[in-house]
Amino acid sequence: MSEIVDILISASFWAAVIRIASPLILATMGELICERAGVLNLGIEGIMVIGAFTGWMAVYQGMPLWGGVAVAMAAGMLFGLLHSTLTVPFGLSQHVVGLGVTLFATASASFAYRLMLPEVTSPPKIEPFQPLDIPVLSDLPWLGEALFSQTALTWAAFAVAGLVAFTLYRTPLGLAVRAVGENPAAVEAQGLSVTGLRIGAVMVGSGLMAVGGAFLTLSAFSSFFFEMVNGRGWICVALVVFGAWKPGKAVLGAILFAAFDALQIRLQQTELGAVLPYQLFLALPFILSILALILMSRRAEVPAALMVPYNKGER
Amino acid sequence: MRLEPIANPSAARRLGLPALALVATLGVAMALALVAGANPFAVLGQIATGALGSKLAVLETLNRATPLIFTGLAVAVAFRAKLWNIGAEAQLYAGAIVAVVLGTGALGSPLVLPVSALAAMLAGAVLLLGPVLLKTRLGVDEVVTTLLLNFIMLLFVSYLLEGPMKDPLGMGWPKSPALIPEARLPRIVEGLRLHWGFALAILAAVIVWVIQTRTTLGFEIRAVGQNPEAARFAGMPVNAVLVKTALLSGGLAALAGWSEVAGLKGHLSSDLSPGFGYTGIIVAMLALLHPLGVVVTAIFVAGIFVGSGAMSRAAGVPTYIADMLMATALLFMVLAILLTRVRVVRG
Repeated sequence: MSEIVDILISASFWAAVIRIASPLILATMGELICERAGVLNLGIEGIMVIGAFTGWMAVYQGMPLWGGVAVAMAAGMLFGLLHSTLTVPFGLSQHVVGLGVTLFATASASFAYRLMLPEVTSPPKIEPFQPLDIPVLSDLPWLGEALFSQTALTWAAFAVAGLVAFTLYRTPLGLAVRAVGENPAAVEAQGLSVTGLRIGAVMVGSGLMAVGGAFLTLSAFSSFFFEMVNGRGWICVALVVFGAWKPGKAVLGAILFAAFDALQIRLQQTELGAVLPYQLFLALPFILSILALILMSRRAEVPAALMVPYNKGER
Repeated sequence: MRLEPIANPSAARRLGLPALALVATLGVAMALALVAGANPFAVLGQIATGALGSKLAVLETLNRATPLIFTGLAVAVAFRAKLWNIGAEAQLYAGAIVAVVLGTGALGSPLVLPVSALAAMLAGAVLLLGPVLLKTRLGVDEVVTTLLLNFIMLLFVSYLLEGPMKDPLGMGWPKSPALIPEARLPRIVEGLRLHWGFALAILAAVIVWVIQTRTTLGFEIRAVGQNPEAARFAGMPVNAVLVKTALLSGGLAALAGWSEVAGLKGHLSSDLSPGFGYTGIIVAMLALLHPLGVVVTAIFVAGIFVGSGAMSRAAGVPTYIADMLMATALLFMVLAILLTRVRVVRG
């Protein structure tokens, strides 16, 4: 037990929690926007792979880091356009299209990677985002290391979460997006375009998912490998449910999740890790996701029109 | 734009549009070949020769199709009831584990093959039962739970292969001990590298087709898939139908892993399946969820994968072209199926 306490009070643990939470927060915000507008986006896993790949490749080709983030975002929006074109005006099954987009995006990244780097055995590294040195705050004892030695992309993740919450609840656009996920017919009656709002929401959401993926290559690992997203997208889908479709709660969920993830990595080094198989620790995030879904299942806060396609003239 | 249902779609529309989806996929294949700097026609030719050009190639394609028929059937059965089982990958490994547990000496001939097949089906069925009960009892979306279970199962397999199921003679490789000869599926024709798993897969397709077209359960599955509220109103036990569907679907997916171990590999390793569970979704959708169609599309999809491998060695286009084509075909096909039933009108 004392080992767990030692871990929990160490500054490096909390720095890791925030680092691990950042891509989850970005992608969860992306999924949340889509779902609040009434579209389940299961393209998330593949879109994160595309973001990780395109962002990294852009920087490897000589673009600045923020240029890589922009490229990832644009690529994500493109796949979001593909997803929403099929699911919104055509109203196709969001399950099937989402999985199709994930398969297509993942395969595209693998294909492009092999095409651009046919010979390499280990992927080349780029110079990733470095921790920002904030005057005074970064030098604080404990807090400086735990909270204020993060990269700019982490700060961006939290800023995005704030922006999403503000836009959804404090702006007419946010009201329209939420309404289109609850009662699209009423939105249409107001003279707004359900199709336009939903496509826009899915594109912006997919852009954020891709930036979440790009965090992995541009801030966390500095190179790209095929299995790097490794189910994070699906975990984010669970986090949206866990957060009851609310940005604030979803961010807390992501941090809680990241805390468990950071803890399991450290527990592997302790006596517990010598007794239990390491695979059990690695499975913990996935087991927790399922538990979170079960725990939240009784909440009736699902957007009413989630997964319900809207066809004008059909009532 | 607006979608308007078509009362009686013509045969040309019902068959022409899906065919057009396949032609469009071919177009994408040629475009990708061009992007990769290869001759598009040569690439298509090399994929075809690689898949069907020799006796060896045909057998390889049929072997590769075997697990895809099982996972394709698993998905087709489930999707027909709008039960989104994306966990065929995990159920496949459940079947593979059972094949090893019962096939390495626990049981002898003649019991081992039939018993381990049934036990494998049971394991896959039970694995899908959890997510389905969560869906029917608590309303938890089964897509996410079955997806998450895939990751948990792969880690469990990795644990087994490095721990209790590790082959002591494996030179440190994480693989299981080999199955005893009695637990192996024999070859259909002596001297030809094709095992009885392929014949069993076709038999399974016929059985599923009979269930779907000739039994009450098949009727109920279709009714629940088309409109669960109406089915419930008509007095159908919707949840019980979903559970039965899940048992059938999970069992079929498990047979994919069981037949790969018992028929092809003879042992379990963590790279047993290069995503057969996920590819099963594509196989099922391309077959329009028809069980006999699954056999055809599984062979087609297997041919693309086998042919792309051969083509890649010759033309230098990355093998991932096969994965891209399959995903493209899936998306084109769902759109084509929709457009057989509705037309797009302005306004």
